[in-house]
Order: sequence, then C-alpha cells, then structure tokens
Amino acid sequence: MTALGTSLWIALAIGVGFGFFLERAGLGNSVKLAAQFYLRDLTVFKVMFSAIVTAMLGLFLLSTVGLVDLARLEVPGTFLWSQLIGGLVFGVGFVIGGYCPGTGCVALSSGRLDGVAVLVGMGVGVFGFGELFPWLRGLYTASAIGPATLPGLLGWPHAVVVGLVALVAFAGFVAAERIERQSAGPAEPE
Amino acid sequence: MRAPRPYWSPYLAGVGLGLVLLVTFVLTGHGIGVSGAVASVVSAGVDAVAPAHAAANDYFRAYTADPATDPIKNWLVIEVVGVLLGGLASAWLAGRVRPAVERGPRIGVSGRLLYAFAGGVVMGFGTRLARGCTSGLALTGGALLSVGAWVFMLAIFAAGYAVAPLVKRQWT
Repeated sequence: MTALGTSLWIALAIGVGFGFFLERAGLGNSVKLAAQFYLRDLTVFKVMFSAIVTAMLGLFLLSTVGLVDLARLEVPGTFLWSQLIGGLVFGVGFVIGGYCPGTGCVALSSGRLDGVAVLVGMGVGVFGFGELFPWLRGLYTASAIGPATLPGLLGWPHAVVVGLVALVAFAGFVAAERIERQSAGPAEPE
Repeated sequence: MRAPRPYWSPYLAGVGLGLVLLVTFVLTGHGIGVSGAVASVVSAGVDAVAPAHAAANDYFRAYTADPATDPIKNWLVIEVVGVLLGGLASAWLAGRVRPAVERGPRIGVSGRLLYAFAGGVVMGFGTRLARGCTSGLALTGGALLSVGAWVFMLAIFAAGYAVAPLVKRQWT
C-alpha cells in the first residue's frame, strides 16, 4: 500500500473496473463501435447512457439520504466554444479511428493493433495541440461559464432534470432496440 | 481455438460502468478520465526530450509541474494503467485476447491502421480542446449534468453521423 499510496490504489482499482466493463460490452472492437454511426449496432449509445443514468440516479439517491453532498463534487467546467468545436473534432476522429481513448486502451489490452494505432495517433494529436496552444489559447478559454449544470441553466429543480434525463434515455433505449431490429441487427462478436 | 464468449448485454455493462463511476464520485469527489493521462504522458515525453521547450510551453508545463500541486494528474495515469489491466482481464476471461486488426470487409490491414492513426490524431486534438474525452467529460460530466459535457456529447454524435458516410468503406 505504502509504495503507491491509498488514493492511487483506489485509482488502479477503479481503472480495472472501468476497463473490465468497457471490454465486456464489446467496446474493444472498432467495427462494433463504428456500427453506431451506421445505425446497425447501437451498443455505444446504450452503454454510455445506461452508465450516465446509473451514476446520475445513484448520486441523486445518495444525496437524498445525505450520504453524498452534490455541492462537493467536481463538475467539469463549461467552455461552450472549445467544447462544442472539440466535440465536433472528436466525433470526426472517432468515426475515422474507430475508438475513443478509453476503448482504444481496452482494444490495445486485447491485442487489437488498430487500437494501438489510435492511441499512438492520439499522442501525436495531443502533442500537436500543445505545440499550437499559444495560438489556440483564445478559443480554449473563450465563453468560460464555470461549473454550470443543466438544472442551473434551465432554472429547473435538480430532481426534475434527473427524471427527464432518465426518461429521455429510456425512450432512447426503446428507439435503439427498434432501430436495430429494422437494420441488419447487432454485429456478431468478433 | 475455442470461439470467444459473447459480449455482455450493453445495459448490464453500462450499469457496471455507471456503478464504477458512482463509486469514484463517492470516494474521490471527481470522475474518471483517460485523455488527461495521455496529456501527462505526452508532456512528460516532451519534457524528457526537450526540457527547455516543455518549460517554455504553458500547456506542457501545466502537466510537468510538481505533481503535489495537482494530484489528480497522477491519479489519472494510474487509473489508465488499471483500465488496461481490466480490459485485459475481461478479454482474457472471454477468450478474446489475440493480435488482430478490426476492420470492415472492404479495407486492408495497412489502410485500416492508417485510418486508425489519422483518426487518433484528430481525436487527440479534440480531447485537449474540449478538456476531456468520452470518459472524463461525456460520462463524468454527463452524470453530473454539466452543460459543457452535454454540448460535447451532442457534438460528438452530430459530427460522427455527418462524417460516417465518407468513411463507410472502412467499416461496412
């Protein structure tokens, strides 16, 4: 324990859990991931939104019974322009490369060389961003509105937004099942 | 060789991921990330090869500063080591560990690797501009109802669907 420190052992354990479930879902396979964008296999959407809804509802329940103080959680800061453009750039890279950073890691773990190529490319892209940072600083820091949340932005009660997100996700799951039945069906493993 | 086991239901795996994320929030107050760890590794590499250059760059310097000032950066690197181990454990238990290049039927190995590399470059750039990836921003921030995280997530899907027809040859 002492060599790494307790918090870093926790980091390792959390990472193991995260990587395990990503791989279990089949997200170590780029063909399965990319099928999301051709509406043949919506695993990416289903995994992402069941994870978001689980963690969101869990936090809501724990805060209701007083076990978690939501105000003490680190909400990622909002920078509208850089996150909008960064998301668009990311989406383009995702459908070309076939993995996001986390799924690229589990692809590497299971021997998928296209996952290795994505991660190497990612390192180059990160390096390029760092090199260009002096010119990107303006965009990077523009429209900073702090740790803004949807309930705060909309002026609606937290519980209402939590319920709405869960409802929309559930409707999305129903739609996803229907879309998959209409197209070729989920891609076979391997 | 035995056929690999089938993947889990995406809902079951998703709930598992969500519970891991929930435990992370409760234990640490922050979420899970991957791209930040890549930035740490790249910055450390720049610092090792060209220390003066890294020190002159505000972006790399932020990642090579004394870790005591920003302990989450080391935390993320160790967490990503865990992601690699967890992915290996799952793939090994399911009989899915083997060297391969996943690709559609209409593209060769070298073509697919080139696409993968190019996509990685573009995506890596995007993660740094947005300050996170699908894990650190979309999942973590999504569960915390962060405005920027939801903007980022919608932008990913919008761009993915817009560009998908152009790279269809690679996948189908």
